[in-house]
Amino acid sequence: MKDQKSHLLKALEKGIRYDGRGLTNFRPIILEKDVSKSAEGSCSVKIGNTEVIVGVKMGVETPYPDTPDSGNLMVNTELRPLSNPEFEPGPPGEKAIELARVIDRGIREAKAIDVKKLCVTKGEKVWSVIIDICSINDEGNLLDASGLGALIALKQTVFPKYEEGILYYEEKTKTHLPIIREPLPVTVYKIGKYFLVDPLSEEEKLADSRLTVAITKDNVLCALQKGGKEPLSIDDIDKMVKIAMKKATELRKII
Amino acid sequence: MVYKKRFDNRDWEELRPMEAKVGVVPRADGSALFKIGKTVAIAAVYGPRDLHPKFLQNPSSGILRCDYNMLPFSGHGERVRPGGSRRSKEISMVMENSLLPVLDLKDYPNTVIDVFVDLPQTDAGTRCAAITAASMALADAGLHMKDLVSAVAVGKVGDKIVADLTYDEESYEEGCTDIPVAILPNSGQITLLQMDGEVSPEDLNNALQLAKKVCKQIYELQKKALKEQYKQ
Repeated sequence: MKDQKSHLLKALEKGIRYDGRGLTNFRPIILEKDVSKSAEGSCSVKIGNTEVIVGVKMGVETPYPDTPDSGNLMVNTELRPLSNPEFEPGPPGEKAIELARVIDRGIREAKAIDVKKLCVTKGEKVWSVIIDICSINDEGNLLDASGLGALIALKQTVFPKYEEGILYYEEKTKTHLPIIREPLPVTVYKIGKYFLVDPLSEEEKLADSRLTVAITKDNVLCALQKGGKEPLSIDDIDKMVKIAMKKATELRKII
Repeated sequence: MVYKKRFDNRDWEELRPMEAKVGVVPRADGSALFKIGKTVAIAAVYGPRDLHPKFLQNPSSGILRCDYNMLPFSGHGERVRPGGSRRSKEISMVMENSLLPVLDLKDYPNTVIDVFVDLPQTDAGTRCAAITAASMALADAGLHMKDLVSAVAVGKVGDKIVADLTYDEESYEEGCTDIPVAILPNSGQITLLQMDGEVSPEDLNNALQLAKKVCKQIYELQKKALKEQYKQ
């Protein structure tokens, strides 16, 4: 591990990464929309070899008592054991929970969905939006792939038909989910004194710390999450936020 | 009891459009995708690898472990709660039984071969699609195999014997019998047989003959996908 790290640092000093990319370059991104007809909205995101499938299911539920006229949002991550030899079947571990919560916060805090429009009967029935993020192949940077996937899947989502208290999942309407803002998370990693984005699995493991920054279209930061064992200085954070903002603008072009 | 025409206009013995692809999960030791109609199965194989906890190890052979999983948004209607169900446990077990006969795991004592199958989208026939994909993934992983395994659901909708039932057919009001079958295409041996519904012994025989016949088409596609992956 230690040897690997000094090897990586030596390479980074020369501005080289394991796969020859520059420090702040993403791998090629391939998006495919509507990959699951049974979901109300779905997409697959490939960043290099890393792949996630995101599906959105809608339902009608009772609202939470403190938000009687707002729809419910839930984000769940399934780190499927098929995507990485280190993932095991069973209930979500801390990695999966952190990932889901970071994506959830970005969407919730940016007020991406107009939740008031998801109210059916105040205090009784509201729409629920459940985003499931499933890893298919993990070769690093599931975080950004998931964030990108969640946003695209939400934009694809249409309401199923709902009449007199019955949901007809097989009949999809043409009404899209009311998306008013579009948060996008970008994660910047720090290894030694170097900052990089879109890490491979090996780089992810060797990173000292990371910062996920969720950014709206109008460049407002709407969620942050620092990860990793090592501390960051304010100066580090400034730099990382700047890199994230620049990358978010680039990523938006491909949506 | 007359089923005049199939809901999707197919012939009685016609399979839905299929697609097979090998190597879809680069991280895995072997992987494959199999699509039949709207049912999509992605299979990945890891192993032979260390098996924990240790008491599960078999000193005279490796073991096969399958995990069948519908993704939460893949079902008809409501979201499927993640985390497995009695149904997924049973399907995982019958998958193991249907794949094990083609494997020779004597060379890998104390290890496990893990087969994970995830389904992003479903329209009936999921266990058969899962087995078909898994057998390609096992071959892609380079394991010794006596044969591939091809699987399809046959059955009776109304008064007609049909191949590759859809969800609409399974819920046909006037009766439907669903018979998922896995076949070793070269020997014709059956490694998966289940049935939901009613059938006469003659019709069962006819249905199994039909399964054997249409599995050949699946087998050809499986071989083609594997060759495609390993052509120079």
